[in-house]
Amino acid sequence: MNIAVCVKQIPDPAVPGELDPESHTLHRVGKLILDESDSFGVEMALQLADKAGGGDVTLISMAPNNEVSGLRTALAMGAAKAVLVSDPALAGSDALSTAKVLAQAITRAGDVDLVLTATESTDGYTGTVPNQIAQLLGWPSLTFAKHVEVEDGKLTIRRQTEAGYDVVESSLPAVVSVTAGVVEPRYPSFKGIMAAKNKPVDQCTVADLGLSSDDVGWSGARQEITNVAAAPAREAGEKVEDDGSAHERIVAFLEALKVI
Amino acid sequence: MAQHPIFTAEHDQLRSSVRRFVDTELRPHVEEWEEAGRFPDEVFRRAGELGFLGLHYPPRWGGAGGDLAAEIVFVEELAKSGCGALAMALSVQTDMATPSIEQFGTDDQKERYLRPAIAGTKIAAIAITEPDAGSDVAAISTRAVRDGDVWRVNGRKLFITNGTRADFLTLVAKTDPAAGHHGISLFLVDRDLAGVSVSRTLRKLGMWSSDTAEIALDDVAVPHENLIGLEPGRGFAQLMVQLQYERLAGAAASVGGADAALARTIAYAGERRTFGQPIGRHQVIAHRLADAATELEAARSLLYTTAWRVQQGEYPVAEISMTKKYCAQVQNRLVDTCVQVFGGAGYLHEEPISRAYRDARLGRIGGGTDEIMNEVIAKRLGLRDG
Repeated sequence: MNIAVCVKQIPDPAVPGELDPESHTLHRVGKLILDESDSFGVEMALQLADKAGGGDVTLISMAPNNEVSGLRTALAMGAAKAVLVSDPALAGSDALSTAKVLAQAITRAGDVDLVLTATESTDGYTGTVPNQIAQLLGWPSLTFAKHVEVEDGKLTIRRQTEAGYDVVESSLPAVVSVTAGVVEPRYPSFKGIMAAKNKPVDQCTVADLGLSSDDVGWSGARQEITNVAAAPAREAGEKVEDDGSAHERIVAFLEALKVI
Repeated sequence: MAQHPIFTAEHDQLRSSVRRFVDTELRPHVEEWEEAGRFPDEVFRRAGELGFLGLHYPPRWGGAGGDLAAEIVFVEELAKSGCGALAMALSVQTDMATPSIEQFGTDDQKERYLRPAIAGTKIAAIAITEPDAGSDVAAISTRAVRDGDVWRVNGRKLFITNGTRADFLTLVAKTDPAAGHHGISLFLVDRDLAGVSVSRTLRKLGMWSSDTAEIALDDVAVPHENLIGLEPGRGFAQLMVQLQYERLAGAAASVGGADAALARTIAYAGERRTFGQPIGRHQVIAHRLADAATELEAARSLLYTTAWRVQQGEYPVAEISMTKKYCAQVQNRLVDTCVQVFGGAGYLHEEPISRAYRDARLGRIGGGTDEIMNEVIAKRLGLRDG
């Protein structure tokens, strides 16, 4: 079974990020790393391919400046190869443009039975790209999977809900977004890391994918970030002096938050 | 951040892998293991499974085919767990008990001892020190006498890290008492051989979860095929080669331990308030930490530069000794500063900085004391014979 995993390479969340004052988009200079939320999809794909007794795991990514640092991490985990779309024309792409590019890159990878994605990226958080990819490919979209199984060509997932989970079945090919924690991602071994250096990365441009630069980037974007405001500073909490009834007020407070 | 030139992008990735292993599988259990005086053997198996115990060993024996820089990354990151015992015990396995097997052992010895040590299925210890000998290896009294197909070994070994859990010892014994340095040999001694017994588990100032043993060898019959390289009298030279790994791994553990202690202390200095502001804002504290950070950076640079020279094929024995000594001294000064900044909180058993303080002290003793390092350096300066 051949599985494509969409992975995003993002600025290290441990380093304070910066927004461009003009475009309000994230500065993507310097080294990018594999979005941790994508490591779950990579691990899931490796396990599914292993269980199926064969097949390749291919990474699909779009990043500026032919960035491969994050891809190398996922290749070191065990993915066989990658398709990387990098093109100055992609700057300013919105979620839909991104989905168009990734869908075309999946087609370019060819012979894909299943696409895995995270539910959303750590730096963008739109959470819309997986559905858009599925729509563009004309494949079923299954979301928020906390468990994935493929047997006899049939896909079954457990879809996370507030109350528990739904069991959802689908034919293949399909696009599945997996939640963090669906599986425990492995640590790349040094052997894997060294091997990843020589794994093929198919670097392509917008034109290579048969897309027009008008469809992507600033010119193709249908959404625009008009303003960005800093999150309000956290306000001081409420102090409860214990006059013997503090526990009741704390319980009432927690109930108001609907946490108990 | 620009890295030292000995590190490549692959070393950076290795660093994140080891860091994740430390963060998720080791650090959460450190308190419990320290209190118990032992961490589980499973840690060796898990580190082996992840490929961390063979970073600088050839793929033929299950290793990763990496370099010394990879090993330094591993030990440094282990030490950042804030538990010196973990870094020490695992680097005994990778840098002290096994390099001589890889360099001088027969294929059969590598198959039986190096491969399982890399896989983490066998735990190794290095047995040099005795009640009356240590760095003066020529003075050891453990004796091995040839008796047909076996060597009969008698003696006592002291301060043996991994001693109670080891599956085998890389043991130094005298095969020819008249031959001085040329009368010393290295044997691979299975712990379950008749006559090998752990006479005591030793309690220590720090490094609590690392097991440290006194081992007695009473008429132990060690097969001749377990003499490293099958030729007696080569032990001293074999140990010398091993020492470069041992001392640089020790220095890496010092740098990693100091790094973690400093980071913890800087965070604390930003939170703890006196006289209306975080203590880190007081110039006296800020400058102490600035000095500590400066020394640490110097130690780190020395470590990486010396490792670079080794990777170029040199064996700069004086610089290796300087590195081991200096990194341990910097770590000791630094943890003292850290405890001072923590004040009363730092003196508490429950505050990890007190463990950093206890653990650091061994760095100036184990693997050759500061004074032994100075002897090596003084010889290179032409001030001492040798």
